Amino acid sequence: MDRQFLLNSVQMANFAADGFLLFPELISEEINREAMREIDDKLIPQHYEHQGQPLAGLWTESKGFGRLFRLPEVQGIIHSLVGPDPLYDHHAFHKVGPQHIEGQVWHADATIDPRQGHFDIQLFYYPHDTPREMGGTMFLPGSHLRRIHETDIGRYQNFLGQFPIVCKAGTLAVAHHGIWHCAQPNLTDTMRYMFKLRLNPTVRQMLLWNTDDLESPEIHNALFRNHRWYGNDDRLEYAQRIKFWRFLTGNEKFDSNYWLTRIENTPEKVAVL
Amino acid sequence: MQRQKLMILYTHTPDLKSGVCAWTVYDGTGKEHHTTGDSDTPPYSSVFAAMKDGWRVIQLPQHYPAYPGMELTTAYLRWETVLEQMVEVESE
Repeated sequence: MDRQFLLNSVQMANFAADGFLLFPELISEEINREAMREIDDKLIPQHYEHQGQPLAGLWTESKGFGRLFRLPEVQGIIHSLVGPDPLYDHHAFHKVGPQHIEGQVWHADATIDPRQGHFDIQLFYYPHDTPREMGGTMFLPGSHLRRIHETDIGRYQNFLGQFPIVCKAGTLAVAHHGIWHCAQPNLTDTMRYMFKLRLNPTVRQMLLWNTDDLESPEIHNALFRNHRWYGNDDRLEYAQRIKFWRFLTGNEKFDSNYWLTRIENTPEKVAVL
Repeated sequence: MQRQKLMILYTHTPDLKSGVCAWTVYDGTGKEHHTTGDSDTPPYSSVFAAMKDGWRVIQLPQHYPAYPGMELTTAYLRWETVLEQMVEVESE
């Protein structure tokens, strides 16, 4: 893996805090056009492929979607987050029809996930321009570490700081599997497409990125980013992110702003008076 | 005849005067359409502000002590207050 394509530590800290990263217009127009052709001509199956197979063997002849996740830039993102040799979990072509005025309810994919550190990623690829009125996916930054089950969060409609994807063709969002999200209403007269691909790790997700900047103070700033929608739970969010960063770095002593150190302080030495 | 409107406000703390962080509206009159992502600004700055505007609180959030070992775990938004208005509508 060429290190120039790996994410850096600050990007990883942003992922740890926000639950996703956005890569505007990362994919070339040539691949975007080919991907749309593969959709129109149904050259990529609409149904799931065999789940749990190595991603490397999937769609090897495809010059659209297959070529997309073989790009060195995308390989670098994947490697940084889930490591080498990830497994294909599933894919889906998400379509929102024209004049579809109802937004999808908020949800997190699959099921409530009991894993404490290990995570899957989901690639969200927008092959065409997606203005706000077309209903690109709405993400909730910072939601990914909460223990909820799928659409049990369906009673929420709006949050402070909710983040709709408004983008040019070729934009890629890469999200932690726990991110809360929902498709938005499509108020245009054109079908809105989004391609999703979920990947599982096969290695311990520790220091998989370019760690040259591992001591950057920006990491602490990222981990303490307040997204506002969780109110007084912000302190719990910071604690969860510190624990996640410990997992990602393998450094169980890592702390930021003394947040966990003080509540892990249980000295046993008996004082002699 | 009357129809019910529900507004669910998720606040910063259990204090009804604290800021609104998330919100949901269901309009039983059918006149307003609400869905996910339809606004970036809460309808009211606090539950108390909504009360002063005529909304009636019908459910307050309860406190539950953290289960040992789960003190730092986060899940659903805890400070959920449900308000209602009864609105006169024309008979069908």
